[in-house]
Amino acid sequence: MATLFFVLGIPLLGSVVLALSGHRDAGREINVAFSLGTFVATCALTTEVIAGGPLFAWNREFYIDPLNVFLVTLTAFVGLTTAIFSRPYMRVERDHGKMTPNRMRLYHSMYQLFSFTMLIALTTNNLGILWVAMEAATLTTVLLVSVYRTPASLEAAWKYFILCGVGIAQALFGTVLLYMAAEKVIGTEGGALLWTNLDAVKAQLDPAIITLAFAFLFIGYGTKVGLVPMHNWLPDAHAEGPTPVSAVLSGLLLNVAVYALLRCKVLTDGALHSQLAGQLMIAFGLLSVVVAAFFLSRQKDVKRMFAYSSIEHMGLITFAFGIGGPIANYAGLLHMTVHSLIKSGIFFAVGHATQKAGTQNMADIRGLIKVSPTVGWGLMLGSLAILGMPPFGVFASEFLILTTAMREQPWATPFLLLALGVAFAAVFSRVQPMVFGETSVRPLAHPPALLPVFAHLGLGLMLGLYIPPYLDDWYRQAARMMGG
Amino acid sequence: MAATLLVGYATQQPHLYISAGITLLLKVIVIPLLLHRVITRLDVRWDVETLINIPMTMIIGIALVIFAFNLALPISKLSVSLARGTLGIALACVLLSFMMMITRSKAVPQVIGFLSMENGLFFAATSATYGMPMVVELGIALDVLVGILILGVFLFHIREQFDSLDISHLEKLKED
Repeated sequence: MATLFFVLGIPLLGSVVLALSGHRDAGREINVAFSLGTFVATCALTTEVIAGGPLFAWNREFYIDPLNVFLVTLTAFVGLTTAIFSRPYMRVERDHGKMTPNRMRLYHSMYQLFSFTMLIALTTNNLGILWVAMEAATLTTVLLVSVYRTPASLEAAWKYFILCGVGIAQALFGTVLLYMAAEKVIGTEGGALLWTNLDAVKAQLDPAIITLAFAFLFIGYGTKVGLVPMHNWLPDAHAEGPTPVSAVLSGLLLNVAVYALLRCKVLTDGALHSQLAGQLMIAFGLLSVVVAAFFLSRQKDVKRMFAYSSIEHMGLITFAFGIGGPIANYAGLLHMTVHSLIKSGIFFAVGHATQKAGTQNMADIRGLIKVSPTVGWGLMLGSLAILGMPPFGVFASEFLILTTAMREQPWATPFLLLALGVAFAAVFSRVQPMVFGETSVRPLAHPPALLPVFAHLGLGLMLGLYIPPYLDDWYRQAARMMGG
Repeated sequence: MAATLLVGYATQQPHLYISAGITLLLKVIVIPLLLHRVITRLDVRWDVETLINIPMTMIIGIALVIFAFNLALPISKLSVSLARGTLGIALACVLLSFMMMITRSKAVPQVIGFLSMENGLFFAATSATYGMPMVVELGIALDVLVGILILGVFLFHIREQFDSLDISHLEKLKED
């Protein structure tokens, strides 16, 4: 309980401190220090949960179980590495005149506040607070995306705000309906929005209300996941904001939205005794994979391209959880982890590359390997990893998803294979000339932070070859809990 | 607000009074004042421009209201709250503000659409249940307030960058 206090308190304190001092040069280091503190606190929390099992805190308002504890650690870890990456990145942006001291302060403060909202969303047991935290995360990232104040970034932020605001309002309506169904069973006094209480009585919830509630929740949180008819905000927000923001959007925010969807799915499955939730997730997941794969080949902007790749992978994850059952759930959780590690690693490499080239247009970035072998190799290996080449973790999870799909939903397999093939061709043909060949790229004044890129790729590689027993155990427990 | 107060009075639930108070303060006083100031400073009064003509908007609106009541009817029968008949109105309100956000071509009506959607949802929360738990309502109120502040600041930035509040300028980013 005390550890949880630190997990949530450190980023909140960080946002206050950085709101006062983030404009100074030391702001970048303070940002790293607070992220490190959060990461240490989450590690302590994790060991506590491993030793003592699921735990409640503060009048059952917070709940840590195998499903969210590994996401909490992952969130803090990516938050830390992104803060390390953003140190040299933001120094270069300041030298280019894109970041004034005021914008720097806004950026650092919002960065910490964003970590705080993500951690609240993950640890809370109250579905209402989950919604509030998701909306707050939208607000902080809107400010982060628009931090450059260029016409394009304003447009991206406005679209993001309106689309996600509308989307997430649907989720609120779904939450209201869920509360209405729960109130009849639990009563107004018993904490009818606490997930653990709902989980205990899910079989008695009224199916008619829950069906409607899930439809609204699915549209709402699905907008944040970036599922296809509601995905329009995602490439814009990724491409126009600073690159560290793209890394946390892809690596963390989308995961947390999937997590919110999963919590709702568990309740819906229990109440309906039908496959409705799973079928919706399979349909929209598959649609996202296919549509995103075809959009990938039409991109010119490198960050937009990897944003579409995020949509594709989120579709794959949603599809896996839609199939359900221990193996597909396990694969979905593994895929969430490796995608978040590798995609944010790629964005780190892309950030350095675009700063060196001075453009995000892929046709103008050439021969990175000549100027900076580490950035070049980082981008190349990262792209291969995200496309599902064997030694990396994405291969393991995609293989599991595909083999389960062959058994459970055989009709979907050709679409998946086709989409993965198209995505491979599209991304590889773009990345290859960016990395190899003649160059026009200049070296930068400040050495890039390469530790985060290779730390992420290394972990992604490790998860492909060897999953540590405690992690394996978590995944199994979480997968069992989600049923299917 | 009045609905919350009424349900609160009828069922003697003190937290609904607090909720009604917050609604009054925030949505009847603070946000309209803020919005009014922004509108006077930007000097954008009376520019209602729709993307589709008015009769068509009316017909779509009627269809949406019928749809909303149809959807809400079976659900509201199951509700235990006093104001259950109003769930249809709340849903219709949400859908109409949805339409408003889609069909208006200026930024300010979009903001108002966003606000009235939040209102509809709040109304739904009190009509379907005895109000959400206090901590959740406070959180939602805070989110709406911060959201409207950010949108207000954005209006100024958009005006500065594009010399207009017509959001058709915001169509540069798309797939070609």
